Amino acid sequence: MNSAAQPFQFVTASYLVCVENQKACTVAELLDALEQASDEAIFFHTFQSLGRYHFITEGFSNDFAQWALASLNQPVLAERLAAIDIRDYVSIAELRADIRRMLSEYVEAHAGQARLSAFEPFYFCRTVEVTVPLPWEARTLSGIRAGLERLSHASFYHHFIASRLRLHLRTNDFSHWFRTELGLERLADRADQIDIYTNTLDTARQELIELVDRETAG
Amino acid sequence: MIDVAAPPSSSLDQYAPIAGAAEVEELRALAGPLEGATVEMVNSTAVGGGVAELLTRLLPLMRGVGLEAHWHVMEADAEFFEVTKAFHNALHGAAWPASERDFEIFREYNRRNRERLPLEGRFVVIHDPQPLGLVEARHSGSGAHWTWRCHIDLSRPHPAVWSFLEPWVVRFDGAIFSSPEFARQLPVPQYLFYPSIDPLADKNRELEPEFMAGVLETYGIDASRPILTQISRFDRLKDPLGVVRAYRLVKRYFDCQLVLAGGGASDDPEGALVLGEVREAAAGDPDIHVLELPASSPLEVNALQRASTIVIQKSLREGFGLTVAEALWKKKPVVASAVGGIPIQVIHKHTGLLAHSVEGTAYQIRFLLSHPEIARQLGERGHDHVRENFLVTGNLKRYLTLFLHQAAANRGQTY
Repeated sequence: MNSAAQPFQFVTASYLVCVENQKACTVAELLDALEQASDEAIFFHTFQSLGRYHFITEGFSNDFAQWALASLNQPVLAERLAAIDIRDYVSIAELRADIRRMLSEYVEAHAGQARLSAFEPFYFCRTVEVTVPLPWEARTLSGIRAGLERLSHASFYHHFIASRLRLHLRTNDFSHWFRTELGLERLADRADQIDIYTNTLDTARQELIELVDRETAG
Repeated sequence: MIDVAAPPSSSLDQYAPIAGAAEVEELRALAGPLEGATVEMVNSTAVGGGVAELLTRLLPLMRGVGLEAHWHVMEADAEFFEVTKAFHNALHGAAWPASERDFEIFREYNRRNRERLPLEGRFVVIHDPQPLGLVEARHSGSGAHWTWRCHIDLSRPHPAVWSFLEPWVVRFDGAIFSSPEFARQLPVPQYLFYPSIDPLADKNRELEPEFMAGVLETYGIDASRPILTQISRFDRLKDPLGVVRAYRLVKRYFDCQLVLAGGGASDDPEGALVLGEVREAAAGDPDIHVLELPASSPLEVNALQRASTIVIQKSLREGFGLTVAEALWKKKPVVASAVGGIPIQVIHKHTGLLAHSVEGTAYQIRFLLSHPEIARQLGERGHDHVRENFLVTGNLKRYLTLFLHQAAANRGQTY
């Protein structure tokens, strides 16, 4: 079995949610606010909503889409926003531009609805991530497997989803390590293909464990 | 100030079957760098009210993971609490004749409490507005971190009261709110901490079926027919009359019962008035059960929630509305108003259903009674939502994260 020179360091991650001094009450205001919003806020309302609501596996994609549906009662816009797949993006700037483009098209086509006030405003937030190393690390696939089984939701989320921002949105910590430390390109690609929208964190983790098992079995 | 003798420490292990063994193990890992750090929590009452209940649960867990956690309660006379009650209402937007005498009373009791107990812990958390003036005791250069935990809605405060309090608020390192909606524009960081429930408390723990059956029998409730329940004080802002109207709309289609249970009528003239109106509205319908419960009836509340088919929270205004989290924890489908902190708990069509009117509330109830499988799924997801976001272990994690973040900032590091 391959053994890595650099071990995979498992960490425990926790997130402090910070309230930004920014909100929107209409689609038009959301469009304007998104121009000023921090990268961290856009990350929070897209990537991080997947972690916070991982137990919802149908119809929930990001906070903007859910707000359009539940607070604005504008299902057409909600559907469009929900179609955003964060894995398609390699920068927050691109993601921000696409969300703004969708909103802009909607405002142009539905000028009246775009000025309707929501039942509840959209409040912008962001998180501060705090990590502490866990007292175990892995150098082999069996070590990774054992570590995966011990991780909390938040820590699996840190390595599997939040890591995308650290790695410029291209991949996750596990795939990155499979590729760079063990030379396992195929396993890395397959781990990247796990659908984070239709899985809970538990089932995504289970899929990853099964991929590791298959790789180990050869 | 009085030191509250909270239970010495409480083991996290008892939460492992609920929150998960990994979560508990990682809470200990997060607490590791903070071992032995002194935490001082200050509020204005040792018993009664949500803050005291929260600290009673939280402090032992903090001690259990190695923090030196203390709880201090302000010493003050009735005149101070009359002023702070007026402040409380004014901060929620009520009219209030600003009086310099009231401000002076507030300043004086805060000064006396500063002298009684120097707060020298590494982390100091001041709860709600009453002890805000204690921040003047903060020593510059001590390295201590002071945080204000505001449990109330500050979105529409009385300008004079807010102008009086704000100079203290901005002296803290940060402020914690329960919902983004409750926060204000401040020059210090604002953090979001959801209120939490304790799954092992009498109000939330599993109950024996025989006990639940006994409670239903005591109150004459028929377990074989659908039970719609709203648990809340008899307060106009909880709209109990609106709940009765919604029930009557549902009753045309389903042979159901309504339970309106709560306290707050015996020591509150307004509550007694509302209770009387509700009883009048319910008169002649044996399927409406209006129950005035004693101030502390956690097991009865627990049993009524668990026995319910649907739990309603049709508030017109709301703080966070933790009764919703209590119902979701019990896997109950919830129909609730989209006000205050409720939409944070009820994610529409995912963990419950939101409504904006009597008619909407009735429609959502009818929908759930017609689709029990959907009702069951909402309840299941609601339970998951509470486990992930609204348990006392999550609250402990947020405090540990805040303390680690503050400690790192002190060293010019980020975690």
